[in-house]
Amino acid sequence: MRATPAAGRRLRDRVMTVLVALGAAVALLPLFLVLGYVVREGIGALDLAFFIRDPAPVGEPGGGVRNAIVGSLIINLMASLIGVTIGVGAGVFLSEYGQHPLAPLVRLVGDVLGGMPAIIMGLVAYEIVVRPMRSFSALAGAVALGLLMIPIVIRATESALALVPRELREAGMALGLPRWRVTVSVVLPAARYGIVTGALLALARVAGEAAPLLLTAFGNPYLSFDPTKPMDSLPLRVFVYAISPFREWHAQAWAASLVLVLLILSATLAARWMTRQRA
Amino acid sequence: MAMLAKTTLDRRTSGVLVAEEPGRERTERRTPPPLAMEARHVSVYYGQRRALNDVSLGIPSRRVTALIGPSGCGKTTFLRVLNRMHDLTSSARVEGTVLLDGEDIYAPRVDPIAIRRRVGMVFQKPVVFPTMNIFDNVAVGLRLAGERRRVVLNEAVERALRQAALWDEVKDRLGAPATGLSGGQQQRLSIARALAVSPEVLLMDEPTSAIDPVGTQRIEDLIAELKHSVTVVIVTHNMQQAARVSDYVGFFLMGELVEFDETERLFSNPRDPRTEAYITGRFG
Repeated sequence: MRATPAAGRRLRDRVMTVLVALGAAVALLPLFLVLGYVVREGIGALDLAFFIRDPAPVGEPGGGVRNAIVGSLIINLMASLIGVTIGVGAGVFLSEYGQHPLAPLVRLVGDVLGGMPAIIMGLVAYEIVVRPMRSFSALAGAVALGLLMIPIVIRATESALALVPRELREAGMALGLPRWRVTVSVVLPAARYGIVTGALLALARVAGEAAPLLLTAFGNPYLSFDPTKPMDSLPLRVFVYAISPFREWHAQAWAASLVLVLLILSATLAARWMTRQRA
Repeated sequence: MAMLAKTTLDRRTSGVLVAEEPGRERTERRTPPPLAMEARHVSVYYGQRRALNDVSLGIPSRRVTALIGPSGCGKTTFLRVLNRMHDLTSSARVEGTVLLDGEDIYAPRVDPIAIRRRVGMVFQKPVVFPTMNIFDNVAVGLRLAGERRRVVLNEAVERALRQAALWDEVKDRLGAPATGLSGGQQQRLSIARALAVSPEVLLMDEPTSAIDPVGTQRIEDLIAELKHSVTVVIVTHNMQQAARVSDYVGFFLMGELVEFDETERLFSNPRDPRTEAYITGRFG
């Protein structure tokens, strides 16, 4: 009597464990397929020159993507300044001043932004930056990517702040500190890992975007540091090379993809690592 | 538990027991100390629900006042009235008058932040600001209020840590993360933080309920010391603790203040049958 149900339970436990493990494997498979394929196709064209040279004209061998790497770094840095500042601000507002009459509106705007296709952000940045400035520019690209980051950072900030114990806020208030002081000096530092993690994930999410940059940063085969002028970025370079009819450019597209994947992967892993540190 | 309470109390109050007769008019009370705070007809509502009903209570200056009662009786709600902590809960509404030095802290133009600087608070669970070291955890109140002078901060931190009986344990590692302290030490650190801004009144909300017996003992000793310099109001569900540390006790039941008296009188000779039922362990 006693042995049978126990054995049944054990069997069911076994079966479920196998099913769950199978599910995990299926979920992981695409990741490894993509990673493996990009590495296989891209590793051949990777050499030192690829990192320290700018693109060569068609027909000339060699050339690299230095301009695109530098451009990606600059555009994403500027995008982070925009996206993280506004996103953290809005997240703090929603979490700490959730009773405010404007809070529902901010939440709605955040949710709508989050569902917006990336190309639309490109169009928006085109209208508000490119058109007035009469030029494609890195700044416009940064605005587009920054807009994309905002909803992700809002959500991450809000949930990181929700994890800060109520007692911490009350202890701050009980010291006779103004609300904003408690928020800035007690609550935000306590949530810093969660917020930085969110910012890194948002960065990883937008760093691979090509579509919004087509209408804004535009791309540039030369190295440029001027944020008011067109600038290259890795996704743009991949796009340009991939749709070209030249075999050596295809190889370079793969190599640039690999670099891009590795950059994003390291941002994601850094975010993971930060989250780990919380414990 | 109730038995234990009884014996502890009898030992403490045996002298008084003989001298007192139940129900007798209290005309020969010693002159009461001046009041640090006074609540007049205070009621608190959470939305539609009334959590505290018309409580009037004077808190004697430089004494320890304990608030006891079963869970949900309103004792913590009352404590949070005293430093306007209910302002932070949008659903809570406070009615009545609370005087601090004769001035109504709920008057329209009173700044709750200024009140909280004068009426400090320690919570049930120790609160350690995780990004700050031990020194900063104590100095935070002063520092964020704009105090920059290193000498002043050093002095205040040492004084507060000594008052909280923590100085000797941490003086060599003030720069260490405060999260490394034990639970009891963290609670004394929380007390030191509250004391560093030199409050007139210190509110303690079940300060030992998350602390082991040794740590509890230290905090109770510390409370006895504190009343020389600051008025203490302590909420506790532990009657022995109330008997051990307090000079005055208020017994709350279902949002009402049933009885308030000197600790010895209330425990030895309660006037209200409900108080007697509670302290003899018949409920709660």
